[in-house]
Amino acid sequence: MYETIRYEFRNGVARIELHRPDRLNAFTETMNQEILDALLAVEKDKAVRALIITGSGRGFSAGEDLKAASGEVDFGEVLRSRYNPMIKKLVGIEKPTVAAVNGTAAGAGMSLALACDFRIASDEAVFIQAFVNIGLVPDSGSLYFLPRLIGYAKALELAVLGEKIKADDALALGLVTKVVPAAELEEESWRFAERLAAMPTKAIGLIKRYMQRSFETRLDQMLEWEAFAQRTAGLTEDFREGVAAFIEKRRPEFRGR
Amino acid sequence: MIDRPFIKVWRDGAVGHIELNRPEAFNALNRQMMSAIVGALQTFDEDAETAVVVISGAGRAFAAGADIDEMAGDDPVRLEMVDPFAVWDQIRLIRKPLLAAVHGFALGGGFELALSCDLIFAAENTQFGFPEVKLGVMPGAGGTVKLTKALGRHKALEWLWTGARMTAEEACAHGLVNRVVPADNLMEVAMKMARKLSEQAPLSLRLIKETVNQAADLALYEAMLIERKNFYLLFASEDQKEGMAAFREKRKPVFKGR
Repeated sequence: MYETIRYEFRNGVARIELHRPDRLNAFTETMNQEILDALLAVEKDKAVRALIITGSGRGFSAGEDLKAASGEVDFGEVLRSRYNPMIKKLVGIEKPTVAAVNGTAAGAGMSLALACDFRIASDEAVFIQAFVNIGLVPDSGSLYFLPRLIGYAKALELAVLGEKIKADDALALGLVTKVVPAAELEEESWRFAERLAAMPTKAIGLIKRYMQRSFETRLDQMLEWEAFAQRTAGLTEDFREGVAAFIEKRRPEFRGR
Repeated sequence: MIDRPFIKVWRDGAVGHIELNRPEAFNALNRQMMSAIVGALQTFDEDAETAVVVISGAGRAFAAGADIDEMAGDDPVRLEMVDPFAVWDQIRLIRKPLLAAVHGFALGGGFELALSCDLIFAAENTQFGFPEVKLGVMPGAGGTVKLTKALGRHKALEWLWTGARMTAEEACAHGLVNRVVPADNLMEVAMKMARKLSEQAPLSLRLIKETVNQAADLALYEAMLIERKNFYLLFASEDQKEGMAAFREKRKPVFKGR
């Protein structure tokens, strides 16, 4: 059982809730490890076809719990041992992932949301690249994800100015998929993730795998990867079902295989 | 073809397959298994129907190393008498193209087995490495030597001293691996290459392999003289006549390996 997170599963969707509400779900070593363990379970369990990550209480996550931090700590090693494995695992899961951002996502908390495929924000959500405000630099992938998601100029503004970004502004920036009233976030995020879980998730995994590489490759290589991916997708049960349903004029029932 | 201990062996058209089949131990190579692999290679090498051999691993790994339980109690005299690595030398005498299709882990002896093949195709998820240093030993079946020849001493020492894992991409960048392909597509891509090779003139493949192996070790000019003799030798073959005739007649050649 987990101490700092809650793990739930229903209708093909796993939900990880960061659960240290009295500390705005700030990360501790235990929490990083528990998130990583839960992500490994999500990756392994074939019944899980989509993932939600959300926060308990008022915040999504305030990032590293600074109460414990001091100059004596080697932050580089903290990132290598605790945060980087978590972010790499999350990004590498070949299933759709959704951050349901219920409140403040600050620092590495924002990075965690950026590492997901989709972000659904409550209208009370606030994003903040808080690092610079205490003399640090964005980490846990923020320097990587931000320019890819919203372009270099805006990314640099966020990272350097360290200002609060309200949900609607995040939507205008292209940082989130949609904004919903706070009271509806939980239900809406389940609905959205269940919809994804009912899709051909093996194909979604392939889309994700190759689109992630698109920024670092040439067209030739991407065309070749697309050919590999299409060969693999063409052999799935879901493809057969998709074609059969189309011909029979019915709704397809995908199984993620 | 009959299965041997810890491996599966079969032929598909002109392509011989050897599948390491000890998945519960990540295909860790024990002595019986190595003899079986080498025996199967020799059988394929002599089999007129086989043109190319593909080696792959069943389960989650190509081969995660040698069987530690088997060697933990060894002493130098016993090792000298059994000489467990001698059987590996036979792989170098196989004349037909050997293609390793690796995935998961190719560590220690598993990495050395892959390096003993002529071509290596790796799944994107493959981790290569020589972890022997962590057990207080070192590679014993050519790993130290081949890595040094391929990477130079600085890089080779770093990998061998740390026992760190190399990604497929890194291995490819170092020139240790021919191609990195998605895990799902590995066997298909390897088979395509194997079939393509099986349509080439067998004597050309054979003498090219012999010459390249010599070129890797000899001085430039010595190797060039071997190349030249082998070039001349191929003009004694029916396939050279067929190949050149087909070229002039603008048709596909039919090679017979004679």
